Parts: sequence; C-alpha cells; structure tokens
Amino acid sequence: MTDQLVPAQPTPTTAVMEPPLADAAGGRRIGVYVCHCGGNISDYVDVEKVISDIQDSGDVVVAKTAMFACSDATQQDMVADIQAQGLDGLVVASCSPKLHTYTFRAVAGRAGLNPYEYSQVNIREQCSWVHTDDREAATAKATALVNAGISRTRLTTPLEPMVVETLPHTLVIGGGVAGLRAAVGLADIGLRVTLVERELQLGGWVGGFGAMYPHGRDGHELIATLVAEVRRRPAITVLTGAEVVGKAGSFGNYLVSVRIGGDGAAALEIAVGSIVVATGFESYQPEAGELGYGIDGVVTLPEFKALVDGSAGAASGAPGAAGSAASGSPLTWHGRPVRSLAYVYCVGSRQPADVEGANQYCSRFCCAATVQTAVQVAGLDPSIRQFHLYRDMRTYGKFEPLYTEARKTGSVFLKFAAEEPPEIRREAGGGLTVTVRDLLTERTELAIPVDLVVLVTGMVPRANEELVNVLKLPAGSDGFFNEIHPKLRPVETVVDGVLIAGACQGPKTSAESVASGLAAVTQSAAILKKGYTELDPLVATVHAPACTACGDCLTACPYDAISMSEGPDGHVAVISPTGCKGCGGCVPICPENAIDLLGYTDAQVSSMIESLVEVPA
Amino acid sequence: MTASVATEPRPASGTNPVPRILVFSTNNISDPGIDLAGSSHMHYSPGVRVIGLPCTSGIRPSWIVGALQAGFDGVFVASDGDECAYLHDCSKRSSAIVAAAQASMRERGIDPQRLRLAAICSVCSEPFTKHVQQFSAALAELGPVQR
Repeated sequence: MTDQLVPAQPTPTTAVMEPPLADAAGGRRIGVYVCHCGGNISDYVDVEKVISDIQDSGDVVVAKTAMFACSDATQQDMVADIQAQGLDGLVVASCSPKLHTYTFRAVAGRAGLNPYEYSQVNIREQCSWVHTDDREAATAKATALVNAGISRTRLTTPLEPMVVETLPHTLVIGGGVAGLRAAVGLADIGLRVTLVERELQLGGWVGGFGAMYPHGRDGHELIATLVAEVRRRPAITVLTGAEVVGKAGSFGNYLVSVRIGGDGAAALEIAVGSIVVATGFESYQPEAGELGYGIDGVVTLPEFKALVDGSAGAASGAPGAAGSAASGSPLTWHGRPVRSLAYVYCVGSRQPADVEGANQYCSRFCCAATVQTAVQVAGLDPSIRQFHLYRDMRTYGKFEPLYTEARKTGSVFLKFAAEEPPEIRREAGGGLTVTVRDLLTERTELAIPVDLVVLVTGMVPRANEELVNVLKLPAGSDGFFNEIHPKLRPVETVVDGVLIAGACQGPKTSAESVASGLAAVTQSAAILKKGYTELDPLVATVHAPACTACGDCLTACPYDAISMSEGPDGHVAVISPTGCKGCGGCVPICPENAIDLLGYTDAQVSSMIESLVEVPA
Repeated sequence: MTASVATEPRPASGTNPVPRILVFSTNNISDPGIDLAGSSHMHYSPGVRVIGLPCTSGIRPSWIVGALQAGFDGVFVASDGDECAYLHDCSKRSSAIVAAAQASMRERGIDPQRLRLAAICSVCSEPFTKHVQQFSAALAELGPVQR
C-alpha cells in the first residue's frame, strides 16, 4: 500500500502586522469569540456574561460575541483582529467541533496564525441545547467550557499538517440510479471507479419501474441508458453479486475487501482513495393486519406499481407483459377486473412518536408517485374509479400539477385524521369495503366499495448491518445514514473519505438521489484530485529525556509506529508521525509518562480539567 | 446527604449542589452521540462537562484521579466500546485504565463508584442521557468527595 509522503505544503500566509501592544500578563495573546448562533445559544446562555467573566484572564486580548461566528463577516472580523492585535491563539465557542473546526482553522490560516493555535469549544450541542431550562447553570457551564478552551490554547504550539498521497480511485457501493450516475460522473472527472452491486443485476429500484414522475420517463430505459454509459467508460469496473466485507488502511488509501459470489467465496482486495455509499432503501413492509394487509386485494405501492406497469405494457402491446386481455379489462387482480380502487397514504411514514421504533419522517416521494400512478391508471381506462385517502397531500414543488391532473382525470380525494385511519374489510360477496371519516365533508363516515386497496408504503432504511460494521457508518435514530452537516457537508460522514448518496441517507426522489450522487462525485474529486490529503499532525510524541527505553510502548501500537532508536544518550522510543494514527493508546502505557499526544497533552488536559471544575464568581 | 466541604461547588441559589461529572468522550464515536442528545434537545444535568479525546485508550488514569481531587464528584468514561476505529482491543485497554484509576482512587480514600465506564455509540444519545442522569443521582447520594 502506498503511504508515501510528499513535502508539506506551507500554510498560506498573509502579511502579519507587528503586535501593536505589549504582551499581556500570561505571555500569550488570545482572541475569544462567543457565538449567539442566532438564538440557538444566546436564548439559553447569557453570552455577554460569559464574555465579561472570561475577560479578566490575563492573556485574553480580544473577547467578543458574534451573531453567527461562522458568517463571512465574523470570519473577516477574526482575521482583522488576529492581524491587528497580533493574536497568537484563537478560541471559538459555538457549535460542535464536527461542524466548523476546518472553517476556523482556515480563518486562522488566512490571518497568518497557525491553524493548530485555535481551539473549538462546544457550547451548543453540549450546553445550550441540553440546558434550555436553566439559564444560570447553562451560562456558568458555558463560561467553564470557554475557560477550558482558553487553558488549552495557552499551551498550543504551531503544528504543520502531514501530507499523504491519495489514490485516484473511488469505490461506489450500490448500483442503483444514484450509484450508477455517480460512477459515470467520477469516471468523467478522471477518477478510476469500482462499482460494487450486491444483486446480480444493476439498476436497483428504478430499474424495476415503468413510467416515473414527473415526465413519465420509463425506469428500465433510464437505467439501460445509464448502464450503457457505464459500459462506455473503461475507467469503471463493475462487480455484481459482490459485497464489501472488509476495510483497512486510512483516509486516501483504503484497502477494501470485496467478496464475489456469496458466503465462503474468496475476497478481492481493492485499494481506493474514497468510498461512496449508495445502498438505497427498502420499501416499508406493513405488518399482517395493518390496514387490512394480508387480505386478498390489499397491496403495497410497489406491488401496485408493478401491476400498473405490466398492464400499461400489455396495453401498448409489449411482448411478455402482464395483464389480461381475456377479461376485456386493462387492469386485473388475480384474474378479476379492477373497476375501482382506493389508495391509503402515509403507510409506514409519519408514525406517531410514541410508537416504538416509529418512522416519524415523511417518505417524500410517495404522494407524487401515487398521484402519477393514478394518472397512469386513468390513461388505461378513464372509467376506473379511484379514491385517494390521504392525511396531507405533499406533491411539493414542480409535482403539484400532477395532483391537478389526477383530479382532472377523475380521482377523488378524501382526507382522514391520523388518529382515525381507514378500516378495510373483505365482504362475503368478494369485494372490499373501505370505511373512512372524511374531514373535508364534516367528518362524514363513508363506506367505499372497491376491488383493490393500495397501501401507499414509504421508504425504510435497508438492513445492512455487515456494511455498517465494516465502514463504521453512523446512522441516525431513524436508521438512515447520517451526514456531518445537512446544509454545509451533506454527503460527508464522520468517517473521513466515506461519502453517502441517495436514499441510504433518507427518503429521496430519484432526481434527488442522482443530485446527491453527483455531490458525492464532487466531494470525492475534492479529496482525490489534488493527489494528496492533509492529515492532522495531532500525533503522539516521546519526551526523549524521560524515556528509559523499557519497550512497553512498542507492543502498544498495532500500527507499528513506535520503534527504538539509538540516540546520543542511549536508546529512546521514537514515534513515526505518519505511521501514528493519533489514537493516544500508547500514552497511558508509558510508565514514565514520557509520551504525549499533540493537541491533547498531559498539560493541556490537566489545565482543562482545572478550568472545567472551576465555579465562576 | 452529608454536609458540603469547603471546596464543594455551590450554586448561587444555595440549594444542594449539582454533582459535577467530568466526561471523557471520543471524537468519532461517543462525542457525536453526546452531540445528538443536544441536537435532539434532550436534557441532562449542567454539572456534566465533556472533554473529547481521539480514543478511550488514551486516557491517563492520573487525569481521572486529578479530576476527582480537583473538585469533580464523578468521572464518566463514554468509551468507544467495540466500535473503536483505531484499536481492536480498545475495550480491554479501557478496562485496564479504569482499574488502574480505581486502584489509585482507593489509595486516596476516594470511593471507586465515582468512576463509571459505558460504551456510548455515535447515536447513543438516549443511553448517554440516562447514564449521566443516573450517575448524577448516585453521586448526590454519595455526597461530596472527602478531600
């Protein structure tokens, strides 16, 4: 595996003014910015009091609040302060370090301050939002957290990131519409691609669909077009019937094991720089008895979509398509003509929070998909009566005209209350009866005789335990994979170089899946096209004079980053900065306390502990 | 509850002090879980303060003992458990660190119950909240550290 080093790029430096003022008492010159986050912090924490309580720390030269610390204006303010005041340390107290560490490191860099002289303090996720009921205590805690940040910053030293070569090769997991489009995009941007699909065929859900909204474009054809594009690109290798079973290495240089041909088959090892996860969704499967599911004639949306697509194929004379010309009806179920049908919306979506494991989210695609299918049915036979039993109709954005079109083609819409769902029963005579209380007609109870009931089932996360374990993918409480930031870093995960795209992240339309697939392409390119990536220099170091060369640390590092070296005063342990992953596992192993993890040194952590326990006056 | 000693933190209101708990979290696993408790607007005691580290196996036992001597009533290690991306034996190492810290606490007459460890995953917001609330209640029962 390549782990070659290229020379570190110097941090871009602008001219730094000479400090205009004499050094403050502590010798450091630290700037502190406490963020309101609109009101997300300042509604629950008295940020002005935090500022006044920390200002007396001798080496805090600048202490300000900001409405949004991450805004361009505040960033420019910070740069100006760092340069005008000759600051040598920066503390930003705002949100989680997962969101803006890189933002403020870059601010420091632009001002000519070493990015590692900055500390992030989390007073939102770990303070204001969890103490909304106690302003005084939240303010005291925020002050202690900021003081700990200042204590840490007093002991920072300038560090340079290590630069590691990255492989221009991306692994795409999932051959649905998002994964296929991402593969094409990655190849076009000049990266090699390996596309892994668990099934034997590419295409995912979209590959199984006929006409899709908004323009009635055929899903099979869409996928066929994409697959042809994939075939045209020699940079793409497609592995079907394949699963990712292992991952080793680190960001920029992952070694992935792919097993082809099921359990027991040999695994192929592929070296890649980044990974795009596009594993899609599963359709919600109703419980037996849930809204009549299990009764003959009660079907899910995908089952009905297949029926309609098949019938549409038969009507157009496509060979091998389903449907029954014998009955004279274009739409049949188990040989019986379907003359009327009812759709029940929001099945498996928007479930009340008190239900265990509730899917509280809206599945987003189903209103438009159902309305489009109803228009398709009306196209087969306009005399088929269609009743839509919905909670809220969400044919949002450009899909709204579909709803109007469905109404124009004869669909009837009835609104029911979430706490009073429709009841479905089979009559002795053979038909189905749907009973519903319609909110639009003064809660009139209606009994609608129909031939078929379609449960409009939403999306649920795909069961993918093995992949989650292999990639260490973080999932949200809804089971879909989590991005770092929904607006600012929408396809990145906390695992460096592992990106998510499509409906594995949450309910999406196929267009949205493709868009996020292309976002993952851009992010992959941003990581890999430079040919190198910067690794945090926050690695372990040995304080040589304290080392007795006992060798205890040698076995503590599974990455073999520690070796014994002959120094001027005998043997000492030496830690390779590129071999070190920065876990700190060797730190407590050393009986002489001779090892420190940069950024988390003994002195820094001890001073933070002192500050955190302190009771503000 | 026993009488407060002079060093015990005391809120302005003069009611019983809120136990102070130092949490060691990990940047990639438990800290996102603790963040999620915030994003989900859950509540826990403001006596809880978190220091994030890359990995549980990097905690020095002296930090734990030092925190209890400095005025914290308890230390909670929100560990990586088996999810550690760095070290396959992280759980074993973490247990050894806790054992070493507890031995040192005993020597100093500090109740070993003031140190707890639990694996907190990146979406374990609710388990974390429950753990620290229960720990806070248990520490209130124990009273302040006799220093």
